[in-house]
Amino acid sequence: MTTPSLASLLLGPINAVMRIIDAPLRRLQKATGIGGMATFFLAPNMLIFGIFVLLPLVINFVYSMTGGTAFFLSERDFVGGAQYSRLFECQNYLDPMSCQEDAFWTAVGNTFWFVLLQVSLMILTALITALILNRELAARSFWRAVFFFPVLLSPVVVGLIWKWILQRQGLLNFGLYQFGMDPYTWLTDRNWTFAATIGVSLWAHMGFYALIILAGLQAIPKDLYEAAEMDGTKPARVFWRITLPLLAPNLLVVVVLALIKSVQVFDEIYVLTGGGPGTSTLFLTQYIYETGFASALRNPGLAAAASILMGTVLVVLTLIQLGIGKRGENKGKR
Amino acid sequence: MKTRPLFTGLALAFLTSTAAHAGDVRIMWYSDGVEGEVMKDLVGRFMKENPGINVILDNVAYSVIKEQLPVQLEAGNGPDIARVTAIKELSKHWLDLRPLVKDAKYWDDNFGLQADWMRPDGANQISGFMTQITLTGGYANKTLFDQAGVPIPGPKATWEDWAAASKRVQESQQVPFAMAIDRSGHRITAPLLSYGANYIGSDGKPAPLDKGAKDYLTTFVGWAEDGTVSKDVWVSAAGSTYRAAADDFINGQLAFYYSGSWQVANLATKIGNNFDWVAVGSPCGPAACTGMPGGAALVAVKYTKNQKDVATVMDWFAQEKIVKEFSERTLFLPGHKALVDKGGLDFKSDNEQAKAALNVFVESTKTTSEAALKLPGWRWSDTVYAAIVTRIGQTLAGELKIDDAFTRIDADIAQKVKDAGQ
Repeated sequence: MTTPSLASLLLGPINAVMRIIDAPLRRLQKATGIGGMATFFLAPNMLIFGIFVLLPLVINFVYSMTGGTAFFLSERDFVGGAQYSRLFECQNYLDPMSCQEDAFWTAVGNTFWFVLLQVSLMILTALITALILNRELAARSFWRAVFFFPVLLSPVVVGLIWKWILQRQGLLNFGLYQFGMDPYTWLTDRNWTFAATIGVSLWAHMGFYALIILAGLQAIPKDLYEAAEMDGTKPARVFWRITLPLLAPNLLVVVVLALIKSVQVFDEIYVLTGGGPGTSTLFLTQYIYETGFASALRNPGLAAAASILMGTVLVVLTLIQLGIGKRGENKGKR
Repeated sequence: MKTRPLFTGLALAFLTSTAAHAGDVRIMWYSDGVEGEVMKDLVGRFMKENPGINVILDNVAYSVIKEQLPVQLEAGNGPDIARVTAIKELSKHWLDLRPLVKDAKYWDDNFGLQADWMRPDGANQISGFMTQITLTGGYANKTLFDQAGVPIPGPKATWEDWAAASKRVQESQQVPFAMAIDRSGHRITAPLLSYGANYIGSDGKPAPLDKGAKDYLTTFVGWAEDGTVSKDVWVSAAGSTYRAAADDFINGQLAFYYSGSWQVANLATKIGNNFDWVAVGSPCGPAACTGMPGGAALVAVKYTKNQKDVATVMDWFAQEKIVKEFSERTLFLPGHKALVDKGGLDFKSDNEQAKAALNVFVESTKTTSEAALKLPGWRWSDTVYAAIVTRIGQTLAGELKIDDAFTRIDADIAQKVKDAGQ
């Protein structure tokens, strides 16, 4: 007598279910064809996507065409594109103070500079970190964990840790004081605060992107490097001609993810600076949150319009990047 | 046949779960000091006396009350009872307890003075009661003043007197700032009113900033620029986000701190014996020496599925003896008329400074101006506060000139009134 294996125990019920649904599925396939079957199997997923992503998007768009302070759509007045007009009412887009919604354009400007600087620095530091972690280091796993650890922290914790370090009576100033230097108000100086938001964001997320790049580095066949070494190729040329081109798909993923995350930056910065000093670290997501939920007499319509605009920019940027990636792939194939 | 047990089970489960919630009353509560602990204790006692009602006390951050509760209420959700400060703005969401409470006359007699603050204009409903009456006012670090040899300004001292005296203390004692005011429209409204500002137009809607308001705001920005007033707290956020400067005072970094009576317990607990401090009321301006009244109310939410139990809870907490105990243990000024008239509150504190501070605040209520008394019940107060905080914050951060800030404040308020369809 042989005892049944775990696999056969599990397969039994599955096979029973398969026998029951086999006949109806065959009939369905006969009626709808292969394309119909694909639709049938994708339908549950698409339903969930529709309910939790597309429907809120549509509702958000409808909200952006309404005015007033009420939350229920039924209690809101249809105002057409008035919220969009209000956002775009501006004498000079480069001077937010000349715009009716100056906070929106300040947030747009801040977000633009933040994305530009943070994404560039993020890719650079993540790439350098991954290259170092890919080498034969002592305690390599430990170092990988060190760089990845901040990714595991909640954004609120990240914000609070850095607030305790950077505030007037924080750790950094305490350290400076111990060395006989004057303390500095890091979080009330516009330029330093903006730099701090970028630095904190890099610290918090870099490990994640470094991990993606590291996976890409480890997927590059070793024989290419061996061949280059036998040819006496210089390390810099190896990097530019082998490593970087073969990392391109991973880098594209990193750029897309970092860009989206960067445009949506909110929680850790909100805890760290609250958008201040003044509005120097007010980013788009905070503007939307405050306009829609936190300010006196909330304006959900205006917040919805701003979020639709932000979403549109994100879609365009992603499409451009994917287009660039596809062109690179096609070039590689030729 | 086989489905019958299944449906019977589901029905039973549904009925059981509904029954489990029938006696639940959820209270959303925030704390400035020790009142969360006191409330927890009182809730325990209530449940012992009323075993059929299960009160769930959700202790949340003030930002949840300020930012998330309004959204929940607009969606027709929220707790059964909440402790709130935006009592007028959200008044359409409060339950009318008049037909539900045991003795409506008791409520009218004892909480009637503030009843208008928490009900829609023109209504006669009982929405709840004030868990505390607050009044804005200043605190001085007596030790710093004494060490500097600078006399603490007297009761009729002006804002300028306080600024000058605090500046001398700052320079003598090498503290970072002489004065600080919380980043709050409610707080800064007190000196504005003392300078003669009037927010309410003849039509009941917000009036443009007047000379009194502009005079004080100009002075305030000047003080921030010359380092008399701490601008840290005002530039530490964008928009109308609230920030208190209490920690700077507690850490001995300020000579003078303008906040309010609700800070007494907090200061007493955290300062301990580190230094001596005194409450000094509100400095004077050309028009008045007023503080801003306000407070937090315990209100019933009209979306509750449990009106009867909610009324029972509210009746229990509104009892004179409970209000007295709550006030004495939390060091809050009560909003119960009979209790105030009788006097003799025995604030439970070994800290003589805290007791003296509370007496100063009780005394300060006598100089509260008519304009200040109107604002807690005026629906546009928060709109005006938010605009002032936002734009003055930007001015202190160097983003706006003061005259541009005035223009922006008026424009922001006008836009909000328009958005509200008024």
